[in-house]
Amino acid sequence: MLRFIGRRLIFLLFLLFGVALFVFILSHLVPSDPVAANLSQSAMNNPEIVAAFKEKWGLDKSLFSQFILYFQHLLTGDLGTSIRTGRPVMEDLMQFFPATLELSIVAMVIALVLGILFGVISAIFRNKPVDHIIRTLSISGVSVPSFWFALIMLNIFSSVIGITPGPGRIDARSTTPEGGTGLLLLDSLLNGDFQLLGDVAMHLILPATVLGFFTMGLIARQTRSNLLEVMSMDYIRTARSKGLKESGIIVGHAISNSLIPVITVAGIGFCNLLGGMVLVENIFAWPGIGQYAYLSAVSLDFPAICGVSLLIAFIYVVINLLIDILYGIIDPRVRYR
Amino acid sequence: MTLLKVEDLTIQFKSRQGVVKAVDNLSFELAKGISLGIVGESGSGKSVTSLAIMRLLQNANTEITGKIDFEGVDLLKLSPDEMRKIRGNSVSMIFQEPMTSLNPLHTCGKQIMEPILIHQKGISKQEAKKRAIELLRLVGIPSPEQRFHEYPHQMSGGMRQRIMIAIALACDTKLLIADEPTTALDVTIQAQILDLMSKLKKQRDMSIIMITHDLGVVKEMCENVVVMYTGQIVEKSPTDLVFKDPLHPYTKGLLNAIPKISSKVERLEAIPGTVPDALRMPTGCSFHPRCKYATERCKAEKPPLYKREDGREVRCFIYDAGEKGDDGNVTNEYKEYSNSINPK
Repeated sequence: MLRFIGRRLIFLLFLLFGVALFVFILSHLVPSDPVAANLSQSAMNNPEIVAAFKEKWGLDKSLFSQFILYFQHLLTGDLGTSIRTGRPVMEDLMQFFPATLELSIVAMVIALVLGILFGVISAIFRNKPVDHIIRTLSISGVSVPSFWFALIMLNIFSSVIGITPGPGRIDARSTTPEGGTGLLLLDSLLNGDFQLLGDVAMHLILPATVLGFFTMGLIARQTRSNLLEVMSMDYIRTARSKGLKESGIIVGHAISNSLIPVITVAGIGFCNLLGGMVLVENIFAWPGIGQYAYLSAVSLDFPAICGVSLLIAFIYVVINLLIDILYGIIDPRVRYR
Repeated sequence: MTLLKVEDLTIQFKSRQGVVKAVDNLSFELAKGISLGIVGESGSGKSVTSLAIMRLLQNANTEITGKIDFEGVDLLKLSPDEMRKIRGNSVSMIFQEPMTSLNPLHTCGKQIMEPILIHQKGISKQEAKKRAIELLRLVGIPSPEQRFHEYPHQMSGGMRQRIMIAIALACDTKLLIADEPTTALDVTIQAQILDLMSKLKKQRDMSIIMITHDLGVVKEMCENVVVMYTGQIVEKSPTDLVFKDPLHPYTKGLLNAIPKISSKVERLEAIPGTVPDALRMPTGCSFHPRCKYATERCKAEKPPLYKREDGREVRCFIYDAGEKGDDGNVTNEYKEYSNSINPK
């Protein structure tokens, strides 16, 4: 098992190199000019300022030497300096990542809990009204675009009904605790500040639901079809012949077996969720990586774009590794060497 | 003493294409400590019968009528809760596919402990584990303490079938239903499993219903045999008599289809044709399209189950007392037929 993890981590390094190369080339292939994106019109007219800007960010060098330089810095853990914010990209990522992590974890928990619950209920009451309602819900989950869903939810729950606060991570009057993990739920809990905890939770619930909706639909559909398939397996008949109750069969034998493929889907869903993050964070004014990625992209902030891409790729690989490890824990037939 | 008495059991499945009679007026008795073989081709209704006794046919489109008396209680009249107390406790079942009949995520030990924990209230987990290890030893699994913690995928097909037997015998089993228990196994393993079952049957004085399409298994294991065709009994008899003197043309055909080492035959004798479609049953006797000896009467009328003086039962007009032949039981026409396929 340890050897397996070690091998995967070495593989991760190669993968990150590939991603860096790919993103670097791709972002330089875009037919646009970072000078125009970052300098004002009057500064653009002054060749000295343009030359100074190019020199400062290494834009006057050849693409190849730019890449070599970038990589040399990368090896020392330096992701470069953001053109837009003027701060080291690493520092920016450290600042914005906790908000994204918190949002995605809550979204994933919602997606898993509701997805599995809905899937199981749907399979048990197959072709009954409950099943139809859940199936409609989960098919809309996988087909409704998240930016549209976000706007509608925000309108309904914040404006019309008014039970959730508007966009943002916390109320304008609240202050975030100093230091800490940056995960506000955890920080406020550790500080015993339950008022802040409630505030943070209320701000989280809507974007997390929107973000997790797609994955929830994916998981519910997968759970339903797996459970139905498992219920016709021979070992379920064996369980019945032992005199087990139907509920005992579902809880004791069927669900665990039907969840194995769900793990894979949940992993895909989590990665998908990171993509949906860009839109959802912008709509909910969430100060996370998604918003940072968007702002960096529109100002052609190459170091920041590369930094975000590397981070997302890293998370992808780590999640896939975790899923493989989880398989080994849950399914005794899976053994890694 | 009669343990199980099945009377007029009829099982129908409703489908979009029509109603299928999977089992038609089936009656048989099984005494304590006796084995009964139910033989037939695929689709003859033998597995459905066994599932009906276990009350595992729970589909809404299934209609079951008749009586299944087990120790004087009609199983078909029991509530689901009452039936659960019998299932896996005094009536157990083992299945054809040992490779898929065990839960891949649970250890074998846990799966053997399960029926013990369900049916024996108040038993501690330690005791149940002890019992499970004893059972593993009983069914001939080497180093049972270690095997207890292993998963099904770590075992061979024969071992898994032994585990299935251990699960079936975990409680106070009086009737064991074995649905083709050796079909998926190698011949050598088959013999081992059959030996094990015979041994356990004697030890525990339990009754066995052996569902199979293999007459060899019946000869080895069963005192009595019921031959089924298209959901009906065509012949019911003690096993030794069936092998000596099969009555029904179908039984005869089945026996002729078994290869014998002694005789030099180039081709095996097969029964021509296939089992008819359950939705398009032939008129009259359902076997007549495949029967070498079918008469006009067989095409028009359904033969009843004739009871013979020696207690054997057979569903064929050949044995109609109204057309009694000179030896009391068999018509002359049948003797001709019998001689033609079995020249003396």
